[in-house]
Order: sequence, then C-alpha cells, then structure tokens
Amino acid sequence: MKNFSLAEPQTIEQVKAFLSERREKSFLLAGGTDILGEIKDEIIDPEIMVDLKSIPNLSYIRKEKDGVRIGALTSLAELAENPLIENDFPGLHEAAKSVATPQLRNMGTVGGNLCQKPRCWYYRDPQVKCRKKGGSRCFALGGRNKYHAIFGGGPCYIVHPSDLAPALISLDAKISIAAPKGEKTIPLADFYVLPRVNVRQENVLGSDEFVREITVPPVKRGEKSTYYKLKERGAWDFALLSAAVKGVVSGGIFSDIRIVLGGVAPVPWRLEKAENMIKGKAATEELLRQAAQETLKEARALKDNGYKKDLLEVVLSRATLMLV
Amino acid sequence: MEKKSKKRKTFTRRDFLKGFGGGALGAAVVPKYLPPAPAVLQTKEGKIPHYSRKQITITVNQKNYSLEVEPRETLLQVLRERLNLTGTKMTCDRGECGDCTVLLDGIPVYSCLTLALRTDGAKITTIEGLADKEKLHPIQQAFIDKDAYQCGFCTPGFIISSVALLKGNKNPDLEEIKSGLAGNICRCGNYSNIYEAVSAASKRMGSS
Repeated sequence: MKNFSLAEPQTIEQVKAFLSERREKSFLLAGGTDILGEIKDEIIDPEIMVDLKSIPNLSYIRKEKDGVRIGALTSLAELAENPLIENDFPGLHEAAKSVATPQLRNMGTVGGNLCQKPRCWYYRDPQVKCRKKGGSRCFALGGRNKYHAIFGGGPCYIVHPSDLAPALISLDAKISIAAPKGEKTIPLADFYVLPRVNVRQENVLGSDEFVREITVPPVKRGEKSTYYKLKERGAWDFALLSAAVKGVVSGGIFSDIRIVLGGVAPVPWRLEKAENMIKGKAATEELLRQAAQETLKEARALKDNGYKKDLLEVVLSRATLMLV
Repeated sequence: MEKKSKKRKTFTRRDFLKGFGGGALGAAVVPKYLPPAPAVLQTKEGKIPHYSRKQITITVNQKNYSLEVEPRETLLQVLRERLNLTGTKMTCDRGECGDCTVLLDGIPVYSCLTLALRTDGAKITTIEGLADKEKLHPIQQAFIDKDAYQCGFCTPGFIISSVALLKGNKNPDLEEIKSGLAGNICRCGNYSNIYEAVSAASKRMGSS
C-alpha cells in the first residue's frame, strides 16, 4: 500500500472543521474493509485518512420516539445480532446477516456499507480508467457485463452493492449527514443518485460531509418486512439480485407495500409500478408475476445479464409471498 | 542456495545505520529511534492528532510488543514481517479468502484489512497462540484427527475462525458451522472434513 498519514479527530466538530478546511486527497476511514482495498488497488490515492473510529459514541442502536437510531460506526455484526432490530425489522435483520462474512461483519460499519463503492470489475481494475474513474468510456457496456445493471444504467452500468440500502429504504429510513453548515436529515432513498446525475459518485454526499446516523421509523401495526437475496456462491457473495419488501398484509391482501431491489441498478431500485398493482389486491403468485412483467418492460439488459430479468420474476414473488 | 540466502541476510541497511554509531551521522540518525511525536492538524475546532508513524503496544499471544508502525502497515504485515509470526498467511490481501484471520480482542477479523496503527493496546491471538506448549488446542488436534486439510495453507485461518465460532456457540449444527466459517476459503475443497473436525472438537471441548 502507498503510504498516507492518519488523523485521529476526537469530535464530530473536528471532522467537519477538517473537511471544510482541507478536502483534497483526504478520505474518511471507518471499518476500512472497502476503502483499504481501493488504496491497495490504486483506485484512490489518499494523503490523509481520517479515522472516524477515534470519535467516541458513534456506535449505537437505540429506540427512541421517532424510531430506532443507528450510529454510522455501528458494526454490521452488532446490527445483525441486535434483538430490537430482529424483532421490529426482520427485513433489516436478514439484510445485515447476509452481508459478507463473519470477519467482515465484525469490521465493517453501517455507514461504510451504505457508502461503499461498486464491485464492477472494470472499476476495480487498477489498469482501467473507466467513466467512474474520470475516463471517457464505460468498459462494461461493450465488455463483460454479467453482474451489471438492467435498470437505470448509463453512462456507467454499475449495480449498487449494499444489502442494507434496499432494506433500509423499504423501511422508509432517513439518513443524517453531518456537514460544516450543520446537520441535515434526508430520506435514504434520496441519498443515492444515478450515474447520469453524477457518474463519479453513487450518492449526494459532499466532499465536506459524512454520514452520522440512520433513523428507521417505528414499526406500524401489522407491518412486516423481509429481505431475500440471490447469490452466485452459497457461502457469501454480493447479491446477484435481492428484494427488500415491507408491507401491511391481512387476509392475503396488502393494504400497503414497498418493494426495493438490490443488484439491478446503480442505486437501490424501488418498484412503484409493481407496488401499485399489488396494493389492495390478494397477493397471488399470478398477480406478482404480472407485476414483475410490468416492471421488466423498463429493463434494458446488456449482453450477459439478461438472466437477471428471469431472477427478478422469481425474487419478486418469493420475497412478497414471504409476508403473506 | 542456503549459503547464498544466509549471505544476503548478513548486512542490512538497519545494521549499517546501527553500526555507524558516533559523529554527525549518529546525531542525524537518532531521531529515527525516538518515539515519533504526533504532528497535529490545526483546525478551528482545535488540534487533531495526526500520525505518519506511531509507537504502538500490542499483546500478541500474551506477549507484549512495542514497535513503531506506519499507517499503511497492516496487522498482517506486522505479524509476519516484523514479529516473525508467519503462521498467519497472506493470500488475497483483499479480505476475501480468510487466510489472515486473527482474533482481535477475541473477535475474528481479517488482519490484511486491519491497520496495525489502529490496534494500539489490543490483544491479538494468532494460530501460534493456541497450543499450550506441546499440547495442541482441541481444534488443532481435531483438524489432524479428521484430515481437515490437504495443502494446509488455509488451515490457520480456518482454525482461528473455528475458535471464534465455538466460543460463541458451544455446540453448533452443520449449518451454523458453515455460516461461522463462511469467511474462509479452502481451495483444495476439503470442507466436509473441516466441518467434521469442528463438530468433533465441539464435542470434545464440551465434554472436557
């Protein structure tokens, strides 16, 4: 690894002050499981790494009136093992359990998982300068694109790799961002942006901002959630395709439903059309297949990833029926 | 061949510097051996400690080590190259294979993605720290009894992960063993024997 220096701020205010004064070649370090790989692969070239773990009290899960608050530095293992999360938000619990391996869950953080960079092999290749790295073309478009996007692609065709993001968005979670001007809280769904908005970055985080907390609103009466993930390897992998579903269902009829897919688009992909088709009706396998077909009218498969359209049909109905 | 490698080892840059004790050069070299003071980054919210090197103290297998590290040095590099504890293996160096697994304050982590500087004050257990002198750890013994390796390169990582698994779950079933060891890869594909060994070890450790 190329050398860098490590700053150990003691307060959030210090991080803000530092970022507002000096941002060039400075990167934030949380669990390090993604960003150290990026340094090793020479995708980024930091001069200063800012260690967020040196700030006390950024790791917590607590129930408050407006919902469950999760500190950005909470480890994925803590999230996966938390009884409060398991009880109120089974979808989030499943998503946290499905992230990577025991070792990586011990190291990786909630904030880091939401801000991780994509796994596209062209992006991760030190020799390739693709659109995302400031180059002039996307190599996945004409190259090997088995794991790439079928929705929302162009000019870059990554899929967002986070398992937590679809689950949290299905639960209407909000994200609190610390910024020099003060803190702002926005829906997590609005945190992510398509490559056509910003090809270099997957979210709206400014270079002087960082993620401090996630809030999941309290679970409503009769509300259930699930996360269903398909992987190429059994043991651990990023999602080929995953679905986070939250809904209120009684007698087989969804009075409310929210479906967010992972692994299909550069951002977590909400299926509003399908939700509207399902709402108020009996959730039969046939209806869910119709909803999937309707959704797939907007899909644009590349050379090697057409199979994701078939997976979508299966995952949508399996995940939704798990709530019935 | 052996002679050649021995010869290469006889004179290093460090020896040169150490040997050249006195005079002006000595004075110039001295700061290198003093604990580096943290430079600070001045912000309007006060000073932020900032390290280009740092003196850290870690406890590895119940032995204390004090050494100076650069931020870029991983725990894996420090264990293997500085402390000569080469039982922990480097394979992918990207947190994918599990060969570098160690216990950091009792929790299994990939040492290849752990910055040594951030482990200041931590207790680390590597494969070398499991046996009690000549008496192997029950999991090590079970790996031998059940032929739970072929080439053996992934074994240290698997054993450390197994120690962590059995600490949290005294009697795991097959599915729990599989998910507990999901972060380690055996390219010889000897998984069934590895799972058997962990299962046997859990029974042995439970009865003793």
